[in-house]
Amino acid sequence: MAEVLVLVDSANGTLKKSATELLTAARSLGEPSAVVIGAPGTAEALAGQLAEFGAAKVYVAESDDFGSYLVAPKAEVLARIAGQASPAAILVASTPENKEIAARTAFKLDSGFLADAVELAEDGTATQSIFGGAVSVKSKAKGTPVISLRANSVAASPQTGAAEQVSVELSLSEAAKGAKIVDRVSEAKSSRPSLQDASVIVSGGRGVGSADNFKVVEQVADALGAAVGASRAATDAGWVPHTMQVGQTGVTVAPQLYVALGISGAIQHRAGMQTSKTIVAVNKDNEAPIFELADFGVVGDLFTVAPQLAEEVSKRKG
Amino acid sequence: MNIVVLMKQVPDTWAERKLDPSDNTLDREASDAVINEIDEYAIEEGLRLKEAHGGEVTVLTMGPQRATESIRKALSMGADKGVHVVDDALHGSCAITTAKVLAKALGTLDYDLVVAGVEATDSRLSVVPALVAEATGLPQLTGARKVTADGSTITIERVSDSGYDVIQASTPAVLSVVEKINDPRYPSFKGIMAAKSKPVQTVSLADLGIAPDEVGLAAATTTVESFEVAPPRSAGTVVKDEGQGGVAIADFLASKKLI
Ligand SMILES: Cc1cc2nc3c(=O)[nH]c(=O)nc-3n(C[C@H](O)[C@H](O)[C@H](O)COP(=O)(O)OP(=O)(O)OC[C@H]3O[C@@H](n4cnc5c(N)ncnc54)[C@H](O)[C@@H]3O)c2cc1C
Ligand SMILES: Nc1ncnc2c1ncn2[C@@H]1O[C@H](COP(=O)(O)O)[C@@H](O)[C@H]1O
Repeated sequence: MAEVLVLVDSANGTLKKSATELLTAARSLGEPSAVVIGAPGTAEALAGQLAEFGAAKVYVAESDDFGSYLVAPKAEVLARIAGQASPAAILVASTPENKEIAARTAFKLDSGFLADAVELAEDGTATQSIFGGAVSVKSKAKGTPVISLRANSVAASPQTGAAEQVSVELSLSEAAKGAKIVDRVSEAKSSRPSLQDASVIVSGGRGVGSADNFKVVEQVADALGAAVGASRAATDAGWVPHTMQVGQTGVTVAPQLYVALGISGAIQHRAGMQTSKTIVAVNKDNEAPIFELADFGVVGDLFTVAPQLAEEVSKRKG
Repeated sequence: MNIVVLMKQVPDTWAERKLDPSDNTLDREASDAVINEIDEYAIEEGLRLKEAHGGEVTVLTMGPQRATESIRKALSMGADKGVHVVDDALHGSCAITTAKVLAKALGTLDYDLVVAGVEATDSRLSVVPALVAEATGLPQLTGARKVTADGSTITIERVSDSGYDVIQASTPAVLSVVEKINDPRYPSFKGIMAAKSKPVQTVSLADLGIAPDEVGLAAATTTVESFEVAPPRSAGTVVKDEGQGGVAIADFLASKKLI
């Protein structure tokens, strides 16, 4: 069976949920091989989890250089591994950095890059949702398909794999070292699930009114076990960090449930959330465009509706 | 500092967008065409860098004939000249081909910095700037919410999933910007008048030494096999809060087994 390369993302020695989804999805195309690109020691920490999710091999490319230069070195290494393994496909999670790595890898392999797939067929055909979910297309890539898969497209399931480690020779070109990462700045980090991975998201917009008032959004999120998101109006006002922005230039999400509180539903916001499975909105303006998308909407003041919702959910969860 | 801004003309996101059933490509005639919104921020950033450091701003686009309208708009904002790669053979080109063509066109220009938008609203790929960096071999500085230029060193703040990274490269380099970077100016009346006499160079594939069979639908690295128009989201229930709005939502969530 042909190998399928899976670029696995991790943080602090733990696989991201997206990596477990990719390893699961890869099994329908062939035999999953994990690719770990990172600082020395990364693969060691992940070995158990990679075996648990069915990685037959683990390609280990470790160097401090990967943390020092942007994107290009990772694409170089991924293309080199693909050159040796001749995989049936290469899968990455749909994040901005991974899409850039994937596209540059496809370029080097003279292959095609398919972005933001929501479904994969055995022959490598990808289903993509375009124009804000209005059209669904089936696409194919030539050569070795390089595909980025949206979060929550498949449910991760464990399967034992040998996770045999294969170390990868590292020799980066000078050109790959053109863009140097000189600092990494972390803005407020919360203990809630990340937007990318969450299956429920509660977002607040300008209607929330202040940083302090965001408590109301967080209460609903915590009752539902959800991640907190925001519109650009709320991130621009500095009420929450910009990493929480959902939309065209923020994070694109497709959770099981998206709750919009005090968000009007501008086209740039919709671009990032309108393929959510179920959408609920609270807005005091009954003409807000968000109601055109909502499966359930309440016209009212979020400061009375949201706390009641949080309380009711907690009560029912007992 | 000479700057080339990569600008794409896209269908207006407010208009209905369609695929052409004859070849499954975007029907660019079906809707109004505008400058890709984020590319206006790229143009603005190019103009600000020029105002601070001198030089010229050239707008480069690959697209159908009507993309000249968008080039004129960029010139009316203050760009100095336009380069329009237009050729019927380009129809249906994939992102990788687009980047190769843009890289060839860049090869005919004199520049220190390439400035692009982070994402086109039609393709929603967010990869063409990275691919242009790949094709030219230049450093990739993408996803910038802030740019500073100091001599030949360019420093950006790149949006990351936990905050931002500070990235540095020497010119020439390829930059892409997010909308947080600035507020694009509106063309002034004077700008609109001046744009009429600014040069726009039309470039064909032959001019770039590219054979027609290297581009377009037939050479594309990705192909759309079929498409389906998704059933429109049926309008849901909207109720007015009369004291029980939160409970009504909880009932709805329970009926959907979401709680
Ligand atoms: C290039 C570009 C990219 C962009 N990218 C993004 C993006 O990625 N994400 C994004 O979100 N936006 C983006 N925007 C901005 C977008 O156009 C909107 O400006 C923004 O989404 C508006 O946010 P909002 O809905 O919170 O604010 P508003 O549009 O001001 O809406 C606030 C809503 O809250 C309601 N409200 C007020 N008080 C209450 C209350 N007490 N109870 C209930 N409801 C209340 C109001 O009726 C109103 O509908 C982008 C814009 C541009 C130009
Ligand atoms: N045909 C094109 N001509 C000029 N610039 C382009 C073209 N396609 C994409 N770009 C640039 O690349 C950016 C990202 O596009 P994309 O990768 O398609 O989302 C855009 O914002 C433009 O700056």
